[in-house]
Amino acid sequence: MSVETGSKPFKVIGTRVPKLDAVEKVTGTVRYLPDLEVPGMVWGRILRTTVPHARIRRIDTRRAEALPGVLGIITGFDVEQYPFGYAKDHLALKRDVVRCIRDEVAAVAAETEEIAAEACRLIEVEYEELPAVFDPAHALRPEAPQIHPQFPGNLVNFSYKFQAGDVERAVREADVVVEGTYTLPYVTTACLGTMAAIAAWDPRGQLTMWSTTQIPFLYQRDLADALGITGDRIRVIQPPVGGNFGRGLDLYPIDIIAALLARHVQCPVKIVFDRDEEFLASPTREPCVFTLRTAARADGTLLARDARVIIDNGAYVSWGSTTPYVMMTTVAGFYRCPNIRFDTAIVYTNNVYSGSMRGYGNLESTFAIEAQMDDLAERLGLDRLEIRKRNANRPGDVTPQGLRITTCALDGCFDAVARDVARPIGRPPRPGWKRGIGYAGMFHVGGGARVYRSDGCGAIVKLDDFGKVSLITGASEIGQGSETVLAMIVAEELGIPFGRVSVVNDDTAVKPWDVGVHASRTTFIAGNAALLAARDVKRQLLTLAAQQLDEPLEELDCEDGVVFVRRAPSRQVAYEKVVRAGHFREGGQILMGQAFYDPPTQMLDKDFRGNVSVTYAFAAQAALVEVEEATGKIEVLRVASAHDVGRALNPIGCEGQIEGGIHMGLGYALTEELKLEQGRVLNPGFLDYKLLTAPDMPEILLTLIETVDEAGPFGAKGLGEAGTIPISAAVANAVKDAVGVRMTELPMTPERVYRALRPARARPS
Amino acid sequence: MADAYPLELAVNGRRVRRQVPGSRTLLEFLREDLRLTGTNLACDTGDCGACTVLVDGQPYTSCIMLALDVDGREVTTIEGLAARWQAQSGAAPPALHPVQQGFLDEGGAQCGFCTAGMVMAAAGLLEANAAPTATEIQAGLEGNLCRCTGYTKIVTAVAVAAERMRELRR
Repeated sequence: MSVETGSKPFKVIGTRVPKLDAVEKVTGTVRYLPDLEVPGMVWGRILRTTVPHARIRRIDTRRAEALPGVLGIITGFDVEQYPFGYAKDHLALKRDVVRCIRDEVAAVAAETEEIAAEACRLIEVEYEELPAVFDPAHALRPEAPQIHPQFPGNLVNFSYKFQAGDVERAVREADVVVEGTYTLPYVTTACLGTMAAIAAWDPRGQLTMWSTTQIPFLYQRDLADALGITGDRIRVIQPPVGGNFGRGLDLYPIDIIAALLARHVQCPVKIVFDRDEEFLASPTREPCVFTLRTAARADGTLLARDARVIIDNGAYVSWGSTTPYVMMTTVAGFYRCPNIRFDTAIVYTNNVYSGSMRGYGNLESTFAIEAQMDDLAERLGLDRLEIRKRNANRPGDVTPQGLRITTCALDGCFDAVARDVARPIGRPPRPGWKRGIGYAGMFHVGGGARVYRSDGCGAIVKLDDFGKVSLITGASEIGQGSETVLAMIVAEELGIPFGRVSVVNDDTAVKPWDVGVHASRTTFIAGNAALLAARDVKRQLLTLAAQQLDEPLEELDCEDGVVFVRRAPSRQVAYEKVVRAGHFREGGQILMGQAFYDPPTQMLDKDFRGNVSVTYAFAAQAALVEVEEATGKIEVLRVASAHDVGRALNPIGCEGQIEGGIHMGLGYALTEELKLEQGRVLNPGFLDYKLLTAPDMPEILLTLIETVDEAGPFGAKGLGEAGTIPISAAVANAVKDAVGVRMTELPMTPERVYRALRPARARPS
Repeated sequence: MADAYPLELAVNGRRVRRQVPGSRTLLEFLREDLRLTGTNLACDTGDCGACTVLVDGQPYTSCIMLALDVDGREVTTIEGLAARWQAQSGAAPPALHPVQQGFLDEGGAQCGFCTAGMVMAAAGLLEANAAPTATEIQAGLEGNLCRCTGYTKIVTAVAVAAERMRELRR
């Protein structure tokens, strides 16, 4: 890994700090949600429909209720519940109609997990099958079965239409126009830890939820609405979670059902998805058909992009239906392009429904855009890097939507990956294999993303009697390392050793408000909040120390855990002494700083214009592949990945995010696909849903470029999703370079590549 | 308890005697009967490796192994790995096994759900092959899935651990 930067005047920032929770994780002492037991707790299990679209005629629970150890059974017909979800278009326990194969029809509470599962098998449900539709193109036809009567034509009533300039005119005047349609699959987060929840009501009617959510405060309100209670009655605890990657960005039925069951049987209820259920009933990345035209001048200058995306929303609305928000931003903002048209159709089908997944919307757009950058280069006889650099975003640019680019090292990112991917590999291509290199870049929010009215995060920094510092942050840890980087920021600002900072971030009864983990925002937003709170407590500390040292405030500073007089550093007092002197006296005080950071950004307006992020992240990736022509097999030998990170606060964390992102993006490119047939998930297990394994991974060469963004904490920008975004496009471009075929469908399985190669071979050369 | 049979084995150096049903998996026995929750259940089909433990020093996926099949044998879980290492090497507590230390130092754990199984698989690998190449480490961990790290830092962690263990033996 290389870091391109200036000087580093820091003690903690920029050093390689292992994760705060790593000791628990390597010793097996970490307690994930499935490891927790609440006294009196029983097990819950959800019964799902066996047909994707049907009217529920009758549910008979009598045999199940008679099973020893069964404590209670609920169905949609006998609990009080309210519609939930982004469009409030479903109930947790379905009443009357089921619309996809994951639909929940009943839930059991029992003394053991096994009894709960057995009881589910004993519940008899009579369905009256309804005509179903699984292809969005079919669902748009007038004669198609209607999935929700209130949404005629099966169209989700969100419009994402954006226009800038005059696309038709630009296309007419262009020297070259390339077109393509790209088909992108269902994939899923496939977290190692499945979704889980424990619900416990207390005698006052207060509900405590242990949840795998990554939006604890929005969840409080959403869950309250679904249960018909007020948000103040819900406390959310977030134990360590076995991955999330966007899975926890919405409220899903598991949490509501756990709460309903717990209320019904009057004892705490725990539900843990098994692996099948996780593949079936956790949110997916939305499948879509992405049609794009790009027009350019003979010198490669982009003139226009025209995109239309058909999204398979599945049966209900969650975040998958909002991905055009991001797709559009990339279409209209990645590389300079003045004339833009973007439109979507978001279509209800009887498939499982999609949520948010790392890099959401951006992988899809980037795949299409970067394919066409190569296609343009080929048509115009230009170098593939040259055409990208000619159109690259630059500091000071304003995109057609009004996104203001501040720091931007896109050019530098391409230079770095071009250098790294070309390093000697040590062996010639194997006989029968052809080698190729592909490039792709990326543009993403890097300074928060105002998709809600607030994009804020609160932080509290507390100093204690023994020299310990607690950061109480609204931000959630989902394995990504946020608590470590936030603790580093506090340690740096307060001038204390890193090991003295602990982080409290898992309880809504304690921590201040935050929007949640999404849009690569935590380091930037929660980092700024932590920095400001640390500054606040530092000012209080110095004020108090000034009295104790009998010195003017301006003369004091702090470092290594002591406050000292600048002109006479030997005159000093340890933090903890200042703290103790603060409260062991009459009229005393505690030392606690606080801050709320909400970035100076705008929500997109009705025309989809507005600067949604304070700053933007850029990256480039290059893939070196070999393709076996006889079989269509792709082997990725090397990935070079360069990222404009603003500043690498914790390089080990930056690398980990990028490397993991590349793994997830390569899965999208090569092997991962949740296969649905007639609405049924065919491959709900790791044997058939193929995550890349250790031997599958290529060599990864990383470059972190520090542009030091003045808006970020110590100059940092967001990074969490970047590694995932361009890689599938880079691999597709490398395949084109190697064997001359343009792959337009993911994943690029050997079969698809093989088929694509045959007509290419049949053509006379 | 109906359908229960006697089971006697050593878990993390301690003798354990229980009556267990014939259908109980080793993972259920560890997590539920012994409350050793460091070993995680992630697939229940032996496909992901998250539940890997050592049986007589060799890695096994405990979710598809019956508890009764380890009768009379010696099981080490993530909770007992450091003590096993201390006994093997003479290192004083609270020294971690070099693989654990490697994961800690090199950033081998992110969400951590695969970590216990990954560490146990790697420890088993190094008991069988003290000086694996990077390719051998990757191959040795092929049965262990990770969704966070891309395996890069995990492979480095194991290589660093192997090197440390060789140094200690010299």
